Amino acid sequence: MRIIIAGCGKIGSNVLNSLTSEGHDVIALDADSSVIEEITNIYDVMAICGNCADCETLEEAGVDKAELFLAVTGSDELNMLSCFIAKKMGAGHTIARIRNPEYNDRSLGFMRQQLDLSMSINPELLAARELFNVLKLPSAVKIESFSRRNLEMIEMRLKEGSALDGVKLSELKSKYNTKVLICVVQRGENVYIPDGNFVLQSGDKIGMTAGHTEIQKLMKSLGILRKQSKNVMILGGSKTSYYLSKMLISSGASVKIIERDLERCNALCENLPQAMIIHGDGAQQELLLEEGLRSLDAFVALTGMDEENILISIYAAANSVPKVISKVNRDELALMAERLRLDSIVSPKNITSDIIVSYARALENSMGSNVETLYKIMDGRAEALEFNVHQGSKITDIPLKDLQLKSNILIAGIIRGRKTIIPGGDDVIMHGDKVIVIARDQRLQDLSDIIK
Amino acid sequence: MNRRMVFYMLSHMLEATAVMLILPLIVSVIYNERCFWAFLITIGIALLVGIPMSVMSRTENHVIYAKEGFVTVALAWIALSAVGAFPFVISGEIPSYVDAFFETVSGFTTTGASILTDIESMSRGILFWRSFTHWIGGMGVLVFIMAIVPSVTDRSIHILRAEMPGPIIGKLVPKARDTAKILYLIYIVMTAAEIIMLLIGGMPLFDSIVHTFGTAGTGGFGIKSDSIAGYSPHLQWIITIFMFLFGVNFNLYYLLLIRKFKTVYKSEELWCYICLALISVIAVTINIYPMYRSFSESVRAAAFQVSSIITTTGYATADFNLWPELSKAILLLLMFTGACAGSTAGGFKLSRVVLLLKMIRREVKHMLHPRSVAAVRFEGKKVDETVLNSVRTYLGIYAVSFCAVFLILSFEPFDIETNLSAAAACFNNVGPGFGVVGPTGSYADYSAVSKIVLSVAMLFGRLEIYPMIFVLSKSAWSKK
Repeated sequence: MRIIIAGCGKIGSNVLNSLTSEGHDVIALDADSSVIEEITNIYDVMAICGNCADCETLEEAGVDKAELFLAVTGSDELNMLSCFIAKKMGAGHTIARIRNPEYNDRSLGFMRQQLDLSMSINPELLAARELFNVLKLPSAVKIESFSRRNLEMIEMRLKEGSALDGVKLSELKSKYNTKVLICVVQRGENVYIPDGNFVLQSGDKIGMTAGHTEIQKLMKSLGILRKQSKNVMILGGSKTSYYLSKMLISSGASVKIIERDLERCNALCENLPQAMIIHGDGAQQELLLEEGLRSLDAFVALTGMDEENILISIYAAANSVPKVISKVNRDELALMAERLRLDSIVSPKNITSDIIVSYARALENSMGSNVETLYKIMDGRAEALEFNVHQGSKITDIPLKDLQLKSNILIAGIIRGRKTIIPGGDDVIMHGDKVIVIARDQRLQDLSDIIK
Repeated sequence: MNRRMVFYMLSHMLEATAVMLILPLIVSVIYNERCFWAFLITIGIALLVGIPMSVMSRTENHVIYAKEGFVTVALAWIALSAVGAFPFVISGEIPSYVDAFFETVSGFTTTGASILTDIESMSRGILFWRSFTHWIGGMGVLVFIMAIVPSVTDRSIHILRAEMPGPIIGKLVPKARDTAKILYLIYIVMTAAEIIMLLIGGMPLFDSIVHTFGTAGTGGFGIKSDSIAGYSPHLQWIITIFMFLFGVNFNLYYLLLIRKFKTVYKSEELWCYICLALISVIAVTINIYPMYRSFSESVRAAAFQVSSIITTTGYATADFNLWPELSKAILLLLMFTGACAGSTAGGFKLSRVVLLLKMIRREVKHMLHPRSVAAVRFEGKKVDETVLNSVRTYLGIYAVSFCAVFLILSFEPFDIETNLSAAAACFNNVGPGFGVVGPTGSYADYSAVSKIVLSVAMLFGRLEIYPMIFVLSKSAWSKK
């Protein structure tokens, strides 16, 4: 599929990387010739230097033959304009990054309709949503939800001395009387899709699917359930912090934002009357302690600097803040942070590229069952996908135990109407269901790809 | 440096050589010649080295950088020539290995300089292989491998850049592999077209295939001692036109295919190429008119020779050694300019010449108006300063390398015209020069040392110097 990406910054190059490894024909546009040079050296793409809202540049990129046009430059207005022009010049689908909160209120729907946008993406809002999910269930490292929250996949790390240490998966059900399915385990560098004989160890990062209440029940019986964080400190007054604070406040939590820039503080004050805004340097430990670091439920580091986020998070964790989340955009730093025992890491650019990749996969395969949602899990080494099951699929009405699944594939959940089924061997997939599949080392496009 | 990856690609190259050797093998079987043993043994050697090498060098780390690209290309071309020389030696038709190596390098680099004095006594299989090397070398071996082997690495652009001649290498389509495929497809279609045209014109099948290979790669190995002179005027015109066509940037053919006629029409390099060729033809025609009886004959001779030299092919229909000095001077200068970048031709490349002239104009303007700010524009776009800088540097390194080759050749007991034109003809991948190495002569009388120097010069010219220099430099091989 021919895809044009306008703007090759942090988000752009990450999307570029995912889409080229998916095998698409990618054309990159950027106004900076040194960025173009860099891109052509690293990725197998065609890179064109120019203004992405300029007809000539778009024509050179062959926009009329492009199935998908992505505008992810730093400027919302440029993104909207270039998507509009690209659409008029014949691009199939257009996606724009629009992150200014003023555009993301009621006017968004109107604008999307008028500009003929297929989708608008707001990485900051997406990141805030993910952060909010984790803060609601602080025992988890990460939460991905499928099919409008009907089913959730929760990533959790088994701490030293966890009750699950040494438990065989087949015994889990009888021991804790739970319907939770552990569908993927990361141990050190390896990622496993476990079967019943798999034995858990402390230090593992596990991913499990279940309905919301089931998870809470299991956590309660394991003694690790923690209530929603009510007292949250956010470092940095970025757009993400704004969205997150809004969500937290409306759920009844108290929020404290520390921001270095006075003007930004004033703007936040205006938009978030219930939040406490502190003007000061969050890197100063004295300030953090003064503002009650030790009595917090959760600490979220959201400054623009990955390194600063990591270091201050380590400090917060050392001061026994129960839940510490840091925003880290660069993958290599995220891996390092994990090694430094920072569990919860959020990367806006990865969230964005997950959404775009799933959109591209769904586009590529408009027939039969197709990809509804896609999450890269366990540092991108496995994928969790949600498929719609359409009429005539080869795998419907066959008990799961009789399906010849490929290796490294697991059916982690079936959603039928409002009912969530954590599947056993006798369950069947029916037409109209949504199916959650966990896959390692493969690129699924269609639900029928899971059988041999 | 990722050495494993370099050797992995080299092993693929050796395996590809074995596959390519099957063609001359078939030819020699058809003509029932004994030299098919030579090809069979060479295939065996290539596989015996290539397959264990590919197994041993298998690696998880597929990342390569510009450095690996350059080194791979240089090593691949040296190895290719070393292996490609075996059939000549084993069949006993060129007994000395140095001679065979010179002939093979000359073939792969599409030079067409030969040490053979009696071509017509060679076996068909060997002659086919000799010309086939032109065809392979014209578009590049590694580009070929890129087109057929499923992606070895994501960063194959470094190899494309190192192997394709010209100052700016752009991709036609997003994927490097698809670009390689399109280039080869255009190349194959044009080759087929020429073979068919020659066949219709009345040339025997074997001759048309061999001569087409020589034209397509802009090489110039013939199978007759008088090159193309013995064929009918009609056939000479066909070859003239095809030589000219293979000197055009292949990207332009792709643009024609996707119907972007305006871009092609506006190509500065193409117009330069056409004008330069036309002016040269007119000048040479007038200059040689007194030697020939008719106007049509002198136009034909002039057009053929200009087309042959500007594209650095090196076919001949006349002994231009006997032409007046002005015509010889024009031909010598055309050897240096060469044809368009991105074609199969050698030389300095016209786009570089154009860029240099534009830089000179800018510099002169800058001297008169010291505060003026001016950009160099080429093909309708502003050219990046780094590209301009690389063109300037290339001119320097080109001049230095050429002088070195010329100086070494001067130890030989030939006149300065022979040595100068030999250095120019090899360095620019033309083939025949003037004097002893003229179209009727050969390089046989040069000493073994000079032949090796000339072989290196041909590789320098084909790969545009840098890859060869990097492979010889220490820093490319240090582990740091």
